Amino acid sequence: MKLAIKLAFRNLIGAGLRTWLNVIVLSFSFVIIIWMKGVITGWDHQAKIDMTNWQIGEGQYWHENYDPYDPFTLNDSHAPVPEILREEVRQDSMTPLLISQGTIYPQGRLQSIMIKGLDPHQKIFHLPSHKLDTTISDAIPAIIGSGMAKNLQLGISDRVMIQWRDTEGTFDASEICITDIFSVNVPAVDQGQIYIPLNELRSMLNLEDEATILTYNNVRTDRSDVTGWIHKSKEELTSSVDELIKVKTAGTSVLYAVLILLAMLAIFDTQVLSIFKRQKEIGTYIALGYTRREVVGLFTVEGTMHAVFAALLSAAYGIPFLTWQAKNGWTMPMDTSEFGMAIAQTLYPVYSAGLVAGTVLIIMTVTAIVSYWPSRKIAGMNPTEALRGRIQ
Amino acid sequence: MKNLITLLPVFFMASVFAQDGNDILKRVEANMSSENRVFESTMIIHGTRSSRTITSVTYSAGEEKSFTEYLSPPREQGTKMLKLENQLWIYSPSTDRTIQISGHMLRQSVMGSDLSYEDMMDDRKLSEMYNAINTGIETVDGRETWILDMTAKADNVAYYKCKMWIDTERYIPLREELFAKSGQMLKQTNLSEVKQIEGRWFPMKVVYKDLLKKGKGTEFIINSIKFNQPIPEYIFTKAALKQ
Repeated sequence: MKLAIKLAFRNLIGAGLRTWLNVIVLSFSFVIIIWMKGVITGWDHQAKIDMTNWQIGEGQYWHENYDPYDPFTLNDSHAPVPEILREEVRQDSMTPLLISQGTIYPQGRLQSIMIKGLDPHQKIFHLPSHKLDTTISDAIPAIIGSGMAKNLQLGISDRVMIQWRDTEGTFDASEICITDIFSVNVPAVDQGQIYIPLNELRSMLNLEDEATILTYNNVRTDRSDVTGWIHKSKEELTSSVDELIKVKTAGTSVLYAVLILLAMLAIFDTQVLSIFKRQKEIGTYIALGYTRREVVGLFTVEGTMHAVFAALLSAAYGIPFLTWQAKNGWTMPMDTSEFGMAIAQTLYPVYSAGLVAGTVLIIMTVTAIVSYWPSRKIAGMNPTEALRGRIQ
Repeated sequence: MKNLITLLPVFFMASVFAQDGNDILKRVEANMSSENRVFESTMIIHGTRSSRTITSVTYSAGEEKSFTEYLSPPREQGTKMLKLENQLWIYSPSTDRTIQISGHMLRQSVMGSDLSYEDMMDDRKLSEMYNAINTGIETVDGRETWILDMTAKADNVAYYKCKMWIDTERYIPLREELFAKSGQMLKQTNLSEVKQIEGRWFPMKVVYKDLLKKGKGTEFIINSIKFNQPIPEYIFTKAALKQ
């Protein structure tokens, strides 16, 4: 085996440009696959971190009627904070959120919105809720996301009229004053949402002490449903991201397959050409006492060594490139704010040892198979004819 | 004698004020309501830049059932709307689909007008929803009117306060202002071109203005109206939307 590796190395170096072209193509596959997989892993990480920080905390309790995809349910999706969870709310490890539908009239236009009552002193979300802890004459303090601000053409200190219906169905209207605009990558927190002080919304709707969602930040394994409230674990709440990543991974796998196919095509051709052109050499090996299997092994090692060289070349330019990407991220050329999913404008790839080792292993294995495939022909060769260099 | 003549207008005014607000409201309802009605109307929506005209034919039975088919412009032609108590469906011929208007969609305006679907949903009688106080007399469009200050007395009333100017002779509203609980005026309605049809006075033109929205309001003109007509029951079914 040692001799086979030595011979394979010498033969490959001797082949010159042909070897290096193969190696370069294969190294592109290595780097691009690792980078793309890293971007998707990074997106997964970033989306879950952003959702945790801005939307779901470490998990939530939903009012039993609450269904974010069914507007019919919203009017009945509120109840007093359950007694069993009140201590957590007092300790600031849980925060209530009350949700109501409403209408906003920016520049005399009409737009449907979700009005969310947020505790100004909450410590779970990264939302600048402290900006709600202020008194403004004739207006309710409100914070909105940058996407919403762009959509409504509103800035800090701007005032705008909102209209809502209380639990009795009676219309009410008031001006809100934008006290802060935050930037967030989670559209569910930004698009169509305005945040006002929780107690203000409770009194607007005549729903004292009530909430729609309770979000906690302390991880406990003993959590379960509470009467009238359904427990949603972080895994459940981020399952949409997992689904999305799964779909994206399947989509990009096609690209990986194409990249590998191109590289393998080059290696296959090289192997076929080698066997065709080096028949005398094959005959000599057999004359010197090599078994046919050993010769097949030699050619297979030679082909597989392309992948080893490619891995080394990839490391040479790939490590600096991938490190630079991990640090500076990849800024998408299009505006991601309207994608409707938790995605940042700049994605920071995350590479794991498993990702790198897995990619190297897959490419090595495929290269070995592709190298072995044409080499099998050697087993059927007549050594005397091969020694004479006759085409078989 | 001189004193009596001086006092006559005072007695007259006193009798006018003596009319109870709730009684006036009941008379208005008696005048305006009918078993059913069929009318053709034109809705002119004055936007910030341009105006649109939409014509339709409406069949309504009481306040709870109504069926509207849009006749023009071509873009809206064939669109149908069915309201049965607190449910509303719209059929769009371009997609050949019927959708139920619900939740936040009810807050959207009808065809871009100053009326929301929600406004169309409230079908209770005014006298059941409001307690009315007659607060005085004012002239509107040359007609003497009572001013009724109305405050909600029932649950689930969309507008907590309402102010209405009622023609003292014909018992029809000539102006209406709708207020939010906070006192913010939300909508204003002006009714005019009052005609006597089949023995009752009826305003043939209504101008709605959503005061929170930009624009010059929406004119709703009734071109023709017939009361208590035989309307087949199938008209008020979802199946009629696709016909």
